[in-house]
Amino acid sequence: MCLAIPGKVVEIYSNEGLQMARVRFGGVTREACLDYVPETQLGDYVLVHVGFAISRVDEEEARRTYEALAELDQLGELEAPEVGEGSRSGS
Amino acid sequence: MDATKTDEREEAVATLGPFGSCPLPIFEHPQIVLGHGSGGKLSAELIEKIFVSRFRNSTLEKMDDQAVLEIGGARLAFTTDSFVVTPIFFPGGDIGTLAVNGTVNDLAMGGAKPLYLAAAFILEEGLPATELARVVDSMATAAQNAGVQLVTGDTKVVNRGKGDKVFITTTGIGVVDRGTQLSADLARPGDKILLSGFIGDHGITILSQRENLEFESTLESDCAALHGLVGAMLDAAAGAVEDFRVMRDPTRGGVATVLNEIAGRSRVGMVLRENEIPVRDSVRGACEMLGLDPLYVANEGKLVAIVAPEIADRVLAAMKRHPLGAESHIIGEVVQQPAGMVLMKTSVGGTRVVDVLFGEQLPRIC
Amino acid sequence: MKYLDEYRDGDIAAKLVERIKRAQTRPWVIMEVCGGQTHSIVKNGIDQLLPKGVELVHGPGCPVCVTPLEMIDKAHAVARRPEVIFCSFGDMLRVPGSDGDLFSIKSQGADVRVVYSPLDCLKIAQANPEKQVVFFAIGFETTAPANAMLAWQARRTGVKNVSLLVSHVLVPPAIEAVLSSPLNRVQGFLGPGHVCAVVGYTEYEPLAARFHVPIVVTGFEPLDILEGVLMVVEQLESGRAEVENQYSRVLARGGNHPARERIAKVFEVSDRKWRGVGMIPQSGLQLREEFRDLDAELRFNVQAIDTMEPAVCIAGQILQGIKKPHDCPAFGTACTPQHPLGATMVSAEGACAAYYAYGRHLKDADPAMIGANGNGRD
Repeated sequence: MCLAIPGKVVEIYSNEGLQMARVRFGGVTREACLDYVPETQLGDYVLVHVGFAISRVDEEEARRTYEALAELDQLGELEAPEVGEGSRSGS
Repeated sequence: MDATKTDEREEAVATLGPFGSCPLPIFEHPQIVLGHGSGGKLSAELIEKIFVSRFRNSTLEKMDDQAVLEIGGARLAFTTDSFVVTPIFFPGGDIGTLAVNGTVNDLAMGGAKPLYLAAAFILEEGLPATELARVVDSMATAAQNAGVQLVTGDTKVVNRGKGDKVFITTTGIGVVDRGTQLSADLARPGDKILLSGFIGDHGITILSQRENLEFESTLESDCAALHGLVGAMLDAAAGAVEDFRVMRDPTRGGVATVLNEIAGRSRVGMVLRENEIPVRDSVRGACEMLGLDPLYVANEGKLVAIVAPEIADRVLAAMKRHPLGAESHIIGEVVQQPAGMVLMKTSVGGTRVVDVLFGEQLPRIC
Repeated sequence: MKYLDEYRDGDIAAKLVERIKRAQTRPWVIMEVCGGQTHSIVKNGIDQLLPKGVELVHGPGCPVCVTPLEMIDKAHAVARRPEVIFCSFGDMLRVPGSDGDLFSIKSQGADVRVVYSPLDCLKIAQANPEKQVVFFAIGFETTAPANAMLAWQARRTGVKNVSLLVSHVLVPPAIEAVLSSPLNRVQGFLGPGHVCAVVGYTEYEPLAARFHVPIVVTGFEPLDILEGVLMVVEQLESGRAEVENQYSRVLARGGNHPARERIAKVFEVSDRKWRGVGMIPQSGLQLREEFRDLDAELRFNVQAIDTMEPAVCIAGQILQGIKKPHDCPAFGTACTPQHPLGATMVSAEGACAAYYAYGRHLKDADPAMIGANGNGRD
């Protein structure tokens, strides 16, 4: 459940007493409600579910954790090579 | 869950024969539902059960987008299509451009040179005449660009509320003069699957205009007449025209639906490569947001072609040289097994089935 | 797309799979709770990439497929009324009730509309003052803040012609039901990333401790899922049973405070029936007393509808990870997405439907043969 995707906040405004934003996802932009992430600034990335930002992406944490993942690539080369064909080999 | 309930269920399941009884028979529809028009399984069922069963002949049963008929020594392609899109004006075109290009494309997919169109209009009482004129202007321009003539037509008017502004039905005729034999049942293992460019532009453009789902984008419909591109492709295959198996334009139901139809009729399997399928950022963004799969989204200016491996590279080169095929890719191969199924190697290295939808693809929250 | 595409990298995926293989010495059974995670796993073919010793079973994390039959019937009863504009997320439109689905109700003349956001209902209500707009408020905790805002805004702006048909469910009681079953095989969990982005993961700590199962709160992209599996396997191999957060770029232990506050102001915990599983106490949400006048069940007097669930499918066992779709003799034959017998096939997110759409070739075809041209293996 819970289809929510990250998008960039490109405009912030108020409507009917709610804090709203225009959020860009790739090449499309849609309105989303920011009331649940009031500290959001222009340029932040938020996670949007059914027209509501439910959380902000912690860009520092994202960078840190992604680098750890990407490093798996390098670490792999330092270790002994695996025997076998890859993901289809019996295990 | 307690043990007795589990036993009851297991027993009940064990007594199900291969055609078990379903307590919720939702596919026996006493009324037409929207899903019947989506191009998926429901549509196929409707066409088979209500139409084809009553009009049996070998041409109809091929179920291609056009009928290629032998008349007095000439091979003529003959097709019809209706256009009911809402809104009638959208970025990149309108119902008029769709009506002309859609029918030109159906003829082109049969290897025909499109020649003449007929158009029938059902107009809703209250439609502003200026809007109608705008639509017809678009048709005239599209016809001129495609080199076809509108030679006959009809108009009817229905009461307000009984027709969504305007419905257009176009019929087209063309001549097949290149010795091509193109049909959905001709794909063979080893053939290559070619796609002429970005998928999903049209369907997502239309979706972006609908209230409740609206979003902003600079996306436009890809509506275009494809017979020039087809001509260039057939030129590239000259001398080996029999190596050209199938061509289809993936309109409603998208690339996935069309490939499944071909796989089914040809009794072959297909393996696609997700990384080779071009999708624009804006289409991806909209699809990610709404939980849609671009493979099922309608296109109005794209084609898929299945050709023998010997000619694939030169046909692809010819496509890429043409303005409507600049982003062409070989997106997969035809295989023997599993017959009737389309599979795809995903970008992370797994494999998934690309199935046919039941009805329309709906946005989801899940 | 930033923060999405990077998590679909095939090379990193392969490395994560290698790590999992190296870490794993015994067979393990892991459940991902969330339907969206099931969707991602089957759609990307992730379960085939995993070593055979790591078995993924799919949990009841699909609010659509666990919505009880009687709630669908109530929705239909309300939607049929001529003064009602019935608004719903797309997911619910094909879920069959006792008599058709919302699409067939629409074809009989009901005004049924798909919305992307609950707030769209307010616009529809304002544009149609003589109609009653009813919103089918389903979902797990992730969707609760959005649904709560509809009620809140309706009250605040004085829009009277809107109401909610509530069928909210909560994840922790579902996990507890799975773990408490005598037939349970699940040894570790991928926790629901977006649910926890809203409510945090403190509720999962007592579960992990009590049942001694590792719970790794996981995202939805392929690399998230693989990393989550790796973290669960590492815990299982070392005998740990903790709650960890794989999805740290988006959530923290306490979740989203403004969202939790708003949920608490609009909803309260209640007992809920789950399709295919039965009644789980304190497993759902209902509108609080102060918002009860926005409850569509009361406004349209449909509380009394009480439908018997058909007993012919094993969806309950699939929802609890006891059986797999392929274990069911009806799977793909008597029971298909167009002809569903039970909960897990009715929704595109349900385990059976996901397998049918993305993975059913695996039962019949040897994966190594996929792509063969009949000339022998590639």
